[in-house]
Amino acid sequence: MIAYLLRRLLATIPVMLVVALFVFALLHLSPGDPAAVIAGDYASPEDIERIRHKLGLDAPLHQQLAIWLWQVVRGDLGTSIFSNLPVSKLIGQRLEPTLTLTACTMIFAVLLAVPMGVVAAWKAGTWIDRSVMVFAVLGFSLPVFWLGFLFIFGFALKLQILPVQGYVSIREGLWPCLRHLVLPSLTLGMVYMALIARMTRASMLEVLREDYIRTAHAKGLKPHVVLLWHALKNASLPIVTVIGVGVALLIGGVVVTESVFAIPGLGRLTVDAILHRDYPVIQGIILIFSAIYVLINLLVDLMYMVLDPRIRY
Amino acid sequence: MVTATVQPHLVEDRPRSASLLRMLRRNPTMVGGACFLLAMLVAAAGAPYFGTIDPEELNPIDRLRGPSLTYWFGTDMLGRDLYSRTVYGSRISLMVGLCVAVLSLTIGLAIGLLSGYLRRVDAVVMRIMDGIMAIPAILLAIALMALMNASAQNVILALTIPEIPRVVRLVRALVLSLREQAFVEASRAVGASIWRVLLRHVTPNTIAPLIVQGTYICASAVIFEAYLSFLGAGTPPNIPSWGNIMAEGRTYVQIAFWIILFPGLFLALTVLAVNLLGDGLRDTLDPKLARGFRGGLAE
Amino acid sequence: MTAVAQPQRTGWKSLLLAGLLLACCNAVMAAGGTLKIIPHADLKNTDPIWTTAYITRNHGYMIYDTLFSLDANLQPQPQMVDTWTVSDDGLIYTFILRDGLQWHDGAPVRAADCVASVQRWGKRDGMGQKLLEFTQSLTIADDRTFTLTLTEPYGLVLESLGKLSSNVPFMMPERLAKTDAFTQITEPIGSGPFVFLKDEWIPGSKVIYVRNPDYVPRPEPPSFAAGGKRVHIERVEWLYIPDPATAQAALVAGEVDYYERPPVDLLPLMEREPGLTVAVIDPLGTQGWLRPNHLHPPFNRKEARQALLWMVNQEDYLRVIVGDPQFWRTCGSYFMCGTSLETDAASEALVQQDLDKARQLMQDAGYAGETIVLMDPTDIPLLHGASLVTAQMLKKIGVNVQVQAMDWSTLTSRRVEKKAPSEGGWHLFHTWATGADVASPVNNIGLSGGCEEKAWFGWPCDERLEKLRDDWARANDAEQQKSIAEALQRAAYDNVPYVNYGQWFLPTVYRKSLQGVIVSPVPFFWNIVIAEQR
Repeated sequence: MIAYLLRRLLATIPVMLVVALFVFALLHLSPGDPAAVIAGDYASPEDIERIRHKLGLDAPLHQQLAIWLWQVVRGDLGTSIFSNLPVSKLIGQRLEPTLTLTACTMIFAVLLAVPMGVVAAWKAGTWIDRSVMVFAVLGFSLPVFWLGFLFIFGFALKLQILPVQGYVSIREGLWPCLRHLVLPSLTLGMVYMALIARMTRASMLEVLREDYIRTAHAKGLKPHVVLLWHALKNASLPIVTVIGVGVALLIGGVVVTESVFAIPGLGRLTVDAILHRDYPVIQGIILIFSAIYVLINLLVDLMYMVLDPRIRY
Repeated sequence: MVTATVQPHLVEDRPRSASLLRMLRRNPTMVGGACFLLAMLVAAAGAPYFGTIDPEELNPIDRLRGPSLTYWFGTDMLGRDLYSRTVYGSRISLMVGLCVAVLSLTIGLAIGLLSGYLRRVDAVVMRIMDGIMAIPAILLAIALMALMNASAQNVILALTIPEIPRVVRLVRALVLSLREQAFVEASRAVGASIWRVLLRHVTPNTIAPLIVQGTYICASAVIFEAYLSFLGAGTPPNIPSWGNIMAEGRTYVQIAFWIILFPGLFLALTVLAVNLLGDGLRDTLDPKLARGFRGGLAE
Repeated sequence: MTAVAQPQRTGWKSLLLAGLLLACCNAVMAAGGTLKIIPHADLKNTDPIWTTAYITRNHGYMIYDTLFSLDANLQPQPQMVDTWTVSDDGLIYTFILRDGLQWHDGAPVRAADCVASVQRWGKRDGMGQKLLEFTQSLTIADDRTFTLTLTEPYGLVLESLGKLSSNVPFMMPERLAKTDAFTQITEPIGSGPFVFLKDEWIPGSKVIYVRNPDYVPRPEPPSFAAGGKRVHIERVEWLYIPDPATAQAALVAGEVDYYERPPVDLLPLMEREPGLTVAVIDPLGTQGWLRPNHLHPPFNRKEARQALLWMVNQEDYLRVIVGDPQFWRTCGSYFMCGTSLETDAASEALVQQDLDKARQLMQDAGYAGETIVLMDPTDIPLLHGASLVTAQMLKKIGVNVQVQAMDWSTLTSRRVEKKAPSEGGWHLFHTWATGADVASPVNNIGLSGGCEEKAWFGWPCDERLEKLRDDWARANDAEQQKSIAEALQRAAYDNVPYVNYGQWFLPTVYRKSLQGVIVSPVPFFWNIVIAEQR
């Protein structure tokens, strides 16, 4: 098992290397000269040359790559072109809201979607099942920002029961923090919930057909015990997979959701950086998000071992 | 990384005669989706003939007018007719959706076939694919857009690249299991060339799952085009696309909700139709996939 | 319910009076509290000499101070300077600094700091460059005294040192002011009424200032940037919310106190809120510029540029980009309407619209259907709207226009290109400038005819313009200045360095509980008191 763990860890290295190469290429394929952007509107050619030298942009490409990789490994992601602050600091400042939002959304989504899927499978073919399925298809089809504005319009402006925008750190109290996260989490979580509910239903349906469920029922066990203890446990593998893989979906959604709800997280940083062509920041964000994604996949794989003792490596 | 295991089944095994009527009875939602899509395609192709005016025509006097007999869907902040813009906008969304699906399927199929069959290529290709997949699709797309000029073609390109690895994985998984099948081994044994085997025996068996995958890619591409435009990194705003109309209208949610309402509705309906079509096709073409992991929209 | 200022009717002086009245009566109110505002843009750089961005200028006014400041009559008044003398021949200016000025790090403000700051500013700013051209020497007499010696009399010494808008000659400590003018200063230390909390700054989201407890305000009442900068609040937070619908909702919901630049179309939503005040706090307004590229055909010929004048109907633009007529006016003056230099001399071509004449002039300029590249910054709704109007009008006069969509930052890097439009250059773009910049011929960089070397992007080349701007700078009395300005406007309408597509006044919305908001082209946050709301 430890050997497997090591093998899995080693396997992430080439993946991250490809990501790093892409990210490096990003700066060098970008139109326009980063040195000229940094120098500003009125800079003389000598100024630009000086900046280029300072940034090491005049060195041969492979040398730049080596230097850059070494910097990244040491945690130095460069300096923002616009605010002149270290990229790692910018990302650090923005990490908390994004992580809180994502975590909150995951909890929301799992707590709502898994029961939905279980009930739909249990009552397969009834109106409950059908409405869950309609919800699941709709969840995939509604654009996140459209939904966000719908929520703002309804809950924050018409009913005035939830705040419109912004982020309150959990350090300033759990309730204020949660209040601000309800709408963004619902918005962000819709696709995710659809995915989980659908997978839970499919997986449960399959398990419910199995013989041992029938046996359990025959033994006279209470239906909910069978449902939760026997069925859900055995159906959990694909559900956990989809929860893990779906995180990528959340990362994409975060970028849009944070824009709608003015949450000062990594998503907003991304959009700002893209709009201003702040390449060092774009590079840093892609690296971080990809690393998170790879890490989560690793965790999902490990969960497999815990959840399904039959799998031995 | 986790791979969804896909059990390919063989084209040769399946009955082909499914009359339209039977399909309708068995799967009314799929037919509904297909009909809506068809209607959208007709509207997009014949946009000038559906009571539209120039979608770019500014009208400074009639700004932010609500839906009326003159302006069916109202006007936007520049006094442009939203009905015309929405109808013309369907062209971009549908084109992006279809092109991304076709392109990513074609490229993915080619790479997947090679990778599944040539073991030496496989290791390298799959590492690259893993790398691309590790970058969240929307981030990859907006990063690519940051490199290129805003244009519909570049949006298609930027949305195609993140989809390719998933198609490659699907095709590769199919190929790996197909190559063990008796009829493939048999044709190899009688001396058929690798290309012949790939084209004659392997490719046809990947078509059904690929078509299903294609509908999901199409649906996600239509939504992603809107996201990119919403974030200001998509189709240039002087081309009316649903995403652009909504991006421009979001400022006016409270005073002119119709600017976001109608394009959003059409976007949602189109994506819904494609998804229903995809689910239906999956159930019809590929029952074993039915409960499996869905591709396209994951990310 | 709401006090909507109507500049075109009331004029900005009476508005100012209202501001002053509020100012005087608030002194008795208790100090304290946090002011949360939504600024018009995100603060990206903190060096107001390095960039001309208005948001950085506003940041500058928070933490830095100036030697002189313009008051509501655009007259320079001493700010950091206590007393000054001018020699009889008008060549030697001696300035003595106020007592008790000190930097945020506790060091006293010395003459050497000011000299270094003026010199750094003079390398970047147009008006500063002009001042240094006339300057023979800038010397330190003692810790609080320095002397400016001119080569010949120059009428704008104090106006330059008190320049209201970008780049403002803010004073910085000498060690920072010695920084190369083309390198950003990253240590934000000034002597202004607020202190910048750099550690709490989150670019893209949040900028935090706290009251500078050691700041000694002047005794005079505030007037534009002049007068005493009394701070009654403990903390100012700039919360950047890029989406106007979200920002508006946040203001209505009471999550912020002050929204600097709401879109005019959203005003009705805020006007009906009893707790909010809608007011135009920039009495000078903003002028729209349609800038042709003077280097390349057809706009290298003045006939083609004049065709733009006949083509433009300001009302079309203003209706599209601003909407509600109470916030805009058509204006035929290059120096804004409502200013001392306002004139309608030679403005017929702009005031009237004649598409046939415009078409004819394009032909006279030798235009034969070539593609005209119009850069359209689609991330700035106002300029995007203006671009679309221009494109539509150009089509009407038979011009084959290609609208190239891009974002503003791409536009700013593209507009420096002098190449032919077909090879990556450009023909036309839109921008705007605030009245504080446009109202004076020397500040109005769009009017410079300094050719490829000195003129602003678009590079008009006209000796008349340059000479008249210089004459205006040397002129000493108001009458003379006014007649020179009129001659300059006539020359401008002949050469057409840019087309003025209208003047507008963007309102600010804030809570009624805020009192003492200063009427000024630049938003200031001193003098504001947060009254208790019961």
